[in-house]
Amino acid sequence: MRKMLVWVLMLAAVISSPAQAKLRVFACEAEWGSLLNELAGDAIDVDVATNALQDVHVVEARPSLIAKMRKADLLVCSGAQLEIGWLPQLLMQAANAKVATGPGNFMAASQVTTLEKPASVDRSAGDVHPDGNPHVQLDPYRVLAIAKALSVRLGELDTPNAAKYQTRLGDFETRWQAAIKRWEVKAAPLKGKAVVVHHSSWIYLLDWLGMHEIGSLEPKPGVPPTSAHLSSLIDVTKSGGAIAIISAAYQDSKPGEWLSERTGVPALVLPFTVGGDDQSKDLFGLYDSTIDKLLGVLK
Amino acid sequence: MRHTPLAFALTSILLVSAQAADASTDPQIAALAARIQALETNAQTLQKQAADALAAAQAAQSELQQMKATKQDQAVAEVSAAPATGSTGASLNAFNPAISIILNGLYVNHSQDPINYRRAGFPLLGEGGPKPDGLQLGESEISLASNIDEKFYGQLTLTLASDGGQTTTGIEEAFIETTALPDGFTARAGRFYSNIGYLNSHHTHTDYFSDRPLAYQAFLGNQYGDDGVQLRWVAPTETFLEFGGEAFRGENAPAGGAAHSGVGAKTFFVHAGGDIGIENSWLAGASILHADAVNGEDGFSGRDNLYLFDLTWKWAPRGAFKDSGIVVRSEAFVDDRKGVVIDPNDPDALAQTLDGKRRGAYIEGLYRFSRTWDVGYRYDKLWAASSGPYASDFDPQRHSVAATWHNSEFSLLRLQLEHDEPQPHFIDNVLTLQYQVSLGAHGAHKF
Repeated sequence: MRKMLVWVLMLAAVISSPAQAKLRVFACEAEWGSLLNELAGDAIDVDVATNALQDVHVVEARPSLIAKMRKADLLVCSGAQLEIGWLPQLLMQAANAKVATGPGNFMAASQVTTLEKPASVDRSAGDVHPDGNPHVQLDPYRVLAIAKALSVRLGELDTPNAAKYQTRLGDFETRWQAAIKRWEVKAAPLKGKAVVVHHSSWIYLLDWLGMHEIGSLEPKPGVPPTSAHLSSLIDVTKSGGAIAIISAAYQDSKPGEWLSERTGVPALVLPFTVGGDDQSKDLFGLYDSTIDKLLGVLK
Repeated sequence: MRHTPLAFALTSILLVSAQAADASTDPQIAALAARIQALETNAQTLQKQAADALAAAQAAQSELQQMKATKQDQAVAEVSAAPATGSTGASLNAFNPAISIILNGLYVNHSQDPINYRRAGFPLLGEGGPKPDGLQLGESEISLASNIDEKFYGQLTLTLASDGGQTTTGIEEAFIETTALPDGFTARAGRFYSNIGYLNSHHTHTDYFSDRPLAYQAFLGNQYGDDGVQLRWVAPTETFLEFGGEAFRGENAPAGGAAHSGVGAKTFFVHAGGDIGIENSWLAGASILHADAVNGEDGFSGRDNLYLFDLTWKWAPRGAFKDSGIVVRSEAFVDDRKGVVIDPNDPDALAQTLDGKRRGAYIEGLYRFSRTWDVGYRYDKLWAASSGPYASDFDPQRHSVAATWHNSEFSLLRLQLEHDEPQPHFIDNVLTLQYQVSLGAHGAHKF
């Protein structure tokens, strides 16, 4: 056994010695992967842990993710307990002190104010997040604030490229501000419109576009839709004048379709994050697609 | 701007006095006229300045409007200066550890009286026997965990279990672990479950069945935990690769008697894992437990080398295991012992030499067909030794099926049926109904 230990230590020395030149970033969600690409391009290596077809509330702490976490210099996640079911386990198993706390640990929701922060929490209210709603990626102003903080963080961790990150942030900000203007003009007809949502993950988008939510397919956050609850939504959906029943690409589309059949209100699957549909190749595409699809049901 | 009326007032006064002084001397008039002219110029300058100020104010206003348009930007960014940690507050409880509680209860019905239960070739060890008949509290536990400081993490898990009508409390785990060692190393010390095999390091409440596989029951007394130290290292490779070793006191089965001055058991383990596409993930491991026993629970004294091999495969459509997926897992055990056995229940028993291997394995499959339902099947088999004190011609086996309903991540109800054949012509059909819930802090589960 002692011999084996010596071998392991030697192997450790051999494998861990070559220093990686590029900053390696572990992004929990696709939107942050895309943002990192905007802010750093090929100056960094990005591993994106999840895709748009997975529910990031419940992801398996897969061995491949432990391996990726082990090598990361920076961790970029939504935070606000969105990833609480798997991220702590990955951090514990990956034994990478660089990203466990401190500058290597970047939580997007901590960079902005969150909405729907509950005054008290109780599991009988479903899967509520004590730090507020973590799905901040669909408010462009918050995304910009996060981009600024993230760019600074990249610069701190990778000083030789700090100037590059700053330039890229400037470029991103210009394009993003222009896009916001464009989206706001385009989405003006959506103002004041009501929707029924699958899960309470749209508050930032609805808030931004001046829309509102009149019901949720999930009786409580994180609790799967029940037929009794769906039936109770029929009247609400009709009388509230909902323009659509929206769900994310990763969610089961059946409950929304069920309600749609009984109310005549279209069920609409929105990408929710980068990669959620063909058009959502990056953050810009995500917003373009989301707004186009919402406008599509108005016609 | 304020000066303008004053200037006008002054000018008019001067004009009046100028008219009044019409008859006076010419030089005086000329001087006054010059002063009036100067004041008029002054007034004009002031007017121009006022206009400039107005323009500036208008510019400021438009700027303000622009800022209003981006006020959200300001509002959302304002917290960025604040620390990124969660709740603050002066409360003394702010640093309380995360508390999570598992409650677990069972109804068990055996077709054979559990008192008559013997396993051919495998004496019952630890909690590795059948559960009693009837309603009972399963193992309920309270776990406290927290970072201790910037270098250590600590966890304490207390168990409450029913044992023959008595409620016993125990320390299941109590360990500290490093969080800041460089290069992927983690060290742990205290009482904890060994990282050998797959299920051994997992708490039973994460299992797919209400009891452990026969191999775990027969070779590890359900689960091997002891007082000890652990060092593990994760390699910086694309494929997950983890190496580790442990040294334990050697008090619990399969060790015993805390041999070698209380360092009676050592382990070494390797785990590897990865993804194949986005829908398939795997985890495999090979481990060895080297234990020296002195008057162990099963009467064994000597050395025991236990080899464990595990493989887990998970498949889920789109990699989203929440709603559907399949898990296949298998573990194989080879138990190689050399020593003597003295029947612990018979004070007059003679020592019998033991030198041989016994084997055990299980394979289980879980099919999750919705977010709330899954069904599982498990096949267990043990291969007894052909000679020696544990010799048996019969190899115990068992079939188990379970259906589990998950109301949420935090609660489940399970129905399990087992067809257990621990000895020839002895078939125990077992029905188990189980509830299991978790309260408090949201636990993050291992793969």
